[in-house]
Amino acid sequence: MSEKKTVAVLGNFTDPNKIMEAAAKVHQSGYTDFDIYTPYPVHGLDKAMGVKRTILPYISFGGGMFGLSNAIFLIWWTGSVDYKLNIGGKPLFAFQFSIPVMFELTVLLTGLATFFGLWFLCGLPKWYSDLQDDEGFQRAVDDTFVLSIFSSDKRFSLETTERFMNEIGADNVRRIEA
Amino acid sequence: MSVETVTKTAPRNVVDHLDATAYHGNPYPVEEPMREPLVLGNPSLHDVTAKIAGIIEGKPNLKYWVAVLICASIAGAGFGAIGETVMTGIGVWGSNNTIGWAWDITNFVFWIGIGHAGTLISAILYLFRQKWRTAINRSAEAMTIFAVLCAGIFPVIHTGRPWLAYWLTPYPNQMQMWVNFRSPLVWDVFAVSTYLTVSALFWFMGLVPDLATVRNFVKGKIAKRIYTFFSLGWTGSMRNWHHYEVAYMILAGLSTPLVLSVHTIVSMDFATSVLPGWHTTIFPPYFVAGAIFSGFAMVMTLLVIAREILGLKEFITLKHLENMNKIILATGMMVGYAYSMEFFIAWYSGNEYERTVFINRAFGEYWWAYWSMVSCNVLSPQVYWFKKARRNIPLMFVISIFVNIGMWFERFTIISTSLHHDFLPSSWSYYTPTIVEIGIFVGTIGLFLTLFLLFSKYLPVIAISEIKGVMPGSQPTHHGDEHH
Repeated sequence: MSEKKTVAVLGNFTDPNKIMEAAAKVHQSGYTDFDIYTPYPVHGLDKAMGVKRTILPYISFGGGMFGLSNAIFLIWWTGSVDYKLNIGGKPLFAFQFSIPVMFELTVLLTGLATFFGLWFLCGLPKWYSDLQDDEGFQRAVDDTFVLSIFSSDKRFSLETTERFMNEIGADNVRRIEA
Repeated sequence: MSVETVTKTAPRNVVDHLDATAYHGNPYPVEEPMREPLVLGNPSLHDVTAKIAGIIEGKPNLKYWVAVLICASIAGAGFGAIGETVMTGIGVWGSNNTIGWAWDITNFVFWIGIGHAGTLISAILYLFRQKWRTAINRSAEAMTIFAVLCAGIFPVIHTGRPWLAYWLTPYPNQMQMWVNFRSPLVWDVFAVSTYLTVSALFWFMGLVPDLATVRNFVKGKIAKRIYTFFSLGWTGSMRNWHHYEVAYMILAGLSTPLVLSVHTIVSMDFATSVLPGWHTTIFPPYFVAGAIFSGFAMVMTLLVIAREILGLKEFITLKHLENMNKIILATGMMVGYAYSMEFFIAWYSGNEYERTVFINRAFGEYWWAYWSMVSCNVLSPQVYWFKKARRNIPLMFVISIFVNIGMWFERFTIISTSLHHDFLPSSWSYYTPTIVEIGIFVGTIGLFLTLFLLFSKYLPVIAISEIKGVMPGSQPTHHGDEHH
């Protein structure tokens, strides 16, 4: 039987202002491997935590460009190279009639890239979490803000981190073992 | 009045256990405290979870199952009519040589239009920061998806051989043929399938955090497993929310031009033809406005019932209904303008075919369809100039039904009046639907209602995390960027 190890120290908050202050303090104290679980996105909390700007827009943009270029190529190649068909004397390829399909495929691929890019960046789906049995953590999708500092953080040390959590106003500071 | 009475007083803090001093002496920290509150009765965050997830956890009563059974039977009968069409051929419909497009395309455009309100609410109102949308966006988005599914049935069965409908997509094949990208019908294939896909992605993405809330709320073992699976293991991590909010913004930004493009392209099915009455440049904006109009009417029809039955009056308040009525009035005026402008241009163009078609539209054999459309779409919403009417629930239910009917007649009028008198008087004809066609249309209504009933029971009907985020006291009074 492997020995259980503390993976994180958790503390609860219920006030959006307090969690905001706490997040800033954790960030300023140099912790990097921490997270806050909230029932809804709290405005500005990501900034207070020092979360880097997401790269998702670039993924979306890449998807969009892929869709657009494919649409142009598809319409041009099928219509004026592989299957030339004179329909009412209309040109085999022109941007005017290509715009609707170009637009739709751009949107479709941007949407797909955003959707899958989001889950990729979030590391989801992931149906297991070390914290999942903690009752407070389960309430994070209901009505509680849960601050978690992970033991993988370089500055983590059980006693000091616990003391620090209490200082910044966390309730019910506890260890999670796994 | 009771629950309906909306107090003008500012809401007190929603989270009861909050420390009042945290608001730095300001007990009403949320923006615009003097506006009508978005959520009535000051529930706590947990109350919101318990209320909405409680609908899923609770056992549905007999009435619910009777309603599902009735709607599903109607849908089943509709599928029977579809079976009859497929087995025999589309000759079982009333369409004829002159009127090649009739109920099928009318119903297609009708259902596609219904869907537009959902995207408008979820995307355009989001970009305009209209917080009241949070109470209604989830159900409106669901409605969008179900409506587009119903719409898709019609062109597919109109192909006559629906098992070959995939020929509409460009794919390498042994016939060495490709689809004709110069045809608006091919644009439609791309527009509708993109619309369905992006709407479904947007909807599912919005559902994930709420499914996580439901996952932790439900007790049943199987239910827990299912909701766990579909919530993808969402934890509410702020690091995830950070990506999530950007993704939401991007999808909203994408859906906005998308929703405008879909009905624009649908209208091009008509506008790029050379038929009098169809070949007009007003069609794209006219169709988009009409789509939003009809969609809001359908949202209204469904929500007036749902808030009553599911007990969601605290969340879907009179304020929400009134706002929707304002949009119905505005878009109703837009379609009214389009109707009159079409007539003006028919006269002003000096084109005698155009003029004849419009005189025939209003006073010909289909006069009853035209005037049903005008009275339902233009006249009936005029009552919404009065605040009393905008907040009168039985009245708004009736008007929403009128608008649904009127918008169906709009599509029918456009399609059949331009076709039944073509350029050759000897081939003029009249169209009457057959029982099979009626069966298919009524069947799609049954399908739509069945899906909506199942949705309202098994998925969170209100966006839990979004509504929590707009409740008073839920957001911090100062922002993180103040800390350097």
